[in-house]
Amino acid sequence: MDKILELPLDEKTVRGLKLGETVYLNGIFFTARDEAHMHALEYAKEGKKIPYDFKGAAIYHCGPIMAKEGDKWRAVAAGPTTSTRMNSLEPEFIEKFKVSAIIGKGGMSKPTVDAMKNFGCVYLAITGGAAVLAAKGIKEVIGVEWYELGMPEALWILRGEKFGPLTVAIDAHGNSLYADVEKEVEKNIPRAKEILKI
Amino acid sequence: MIDETLIKNTIIELLKDSSTRLPQDVKDALNKAYDVETGPAKAQLEAIIKNVKMAEESSTPLCQDTGVHIFFVKMGDIGNPKLEKKMPSIIIDAVREATKKVPLRPNAVHPLTRKNPGDNVGDHMPYVNYTPIDADYIEITAMPKGAGSENMSRVAMLNPSDGIKGIKKFALDTVVGAGSKPCPPTIIGLGIGGSADISIKLAKMALLRPINQRHPDPAIAALEKELYDAFNALGIGVMGLGGKTTVIGVNAELGYCHTASLPVAINVQCWAGRKATARIYKDGRVEHLTYKR
Repeated sequence: MDKILELPLDEKTVRGLKLGETVYLNGIFFTARDEAHMHALEYAKEGKKIPYDFKGAAIYHCGPIMAKEGDKWRAVAAGPTTSTRMNSLEPEFIEKFKVSAIIGKGGMSKPTVDAMKNFGCVYLAITGGAAVLAAKGIKEVIGVEWYELGMPEALWILRGEKFGPLTVAIDAHGNSLYADVEKEVEKNIPRAKEILKI
Repeated sequence: MIDETLIKNTIIELLKDSSTRLPQDVKDALNKAYDVETGPAKAQLEAIIKNVKMAEESSTPLCQDTGVHIFFVKMGDIGNPKLEKKMPSIIIDAVREATKKVPLRPNAVHPLTRKNPGDNVGDHMPYVNYTPIDADYIEITAMPKGAGSENMSRVAMLNPSDGIKGIKKFALDTVVGAGSKPCPPTIIGLGIGGSADISIKLAKMALLRPINQRHPDPAIAALEKELYDAFNALGIGVMGLGGKTTVIGVNAELGYCHTASLPVAINVQCWAGRKATARIYKDGRVEHLTYKR
């Protein structure tokens, strides 16, 4: 049976997710990458209200290709972008907006893993480059904010229906699949050097 | 006869092909990786292969990052000097039109203001590499390049005394440092020699060669094979989630350099090694080389 989670997520659900398990999402979620993160944090600093309440929300590191058909947008291709670019922004973002899930690829660094543990948030990995497959799980583009940032950087409001598959790659208890793999890679470097005779 | 509209429409086709399909050599390598992997790596490859099929069937860009637009143009004698001089503007028009038609994501922005004109056109973008050739055709390769992998590219000015060991060490450090970020399994383009700028150009040119073809120089071919085995011993794996497949190809190109230097560069290509080539002959015949009609 596929595990489908309904957005927004409560803390109990988030804390109960296990490293490595596969989940899908139903409900409203938001794209945000470099510019939208910076924009939202600036708003918070100036005491301005952001267009949507992100509490319990899932944020997707994604700059989609959208097509306008009549007055409605449609997601054409919407795979993830490299999450590490948001490393310096994400801990504050999680603390300020209390998001419950970050969807992306490639994982995130220790300060973000720590923020996820402290505030109850998980990192859900989606296959990089698999943009048509990802777009299939986006049933509706509800709207767009900050479109002046450009199509990839704007804040898109999406409704997912069985959006995934997503792998719980960083849990809400400080564990990260990427950190585990990095440790493995460190152990494998001598073998690689042996092959290269260096 | 060859004319402006024919060239423009062919380039639009190349931009569509290169963003919605994958060359056979890359597909074969991904299928081979799927066969040997287990666990999370297999699941990731399954999604990749399924996605490529869906993109091809629906003529939809397989990745939302349709890249910045880089072209390699071999200019033969088409008996129309006026048309040859118009190539840069024809390519710009084709990129603008393809951005709307395919559609491609508008990726090109001003580097400081980050303002996005929305049409993938700006100073030096699209970027075209021209080579004059003795032939009766123009050969155009569209090679869109996404940022996730491009951001992991590196160049180093080694000392000649660092030699081949220095090159290997630099290559290993670059792939380890890139880790999960460039959407592995990647294709590694290695440029050895030239100057700082030429080494990185050689690294990109190396990516034009199919990944199942080794360099004609046996010593360089052996280096490609050795690096391939070493990278796949690292265990970074598909999407950095571990496994046997970290790279699906290593291609190297070499150029002579100054006696006092040893430039080396790596251009990282994500698993979506996208490109499309076509020839347009003087008489107006179009021959698609990557995706035959």
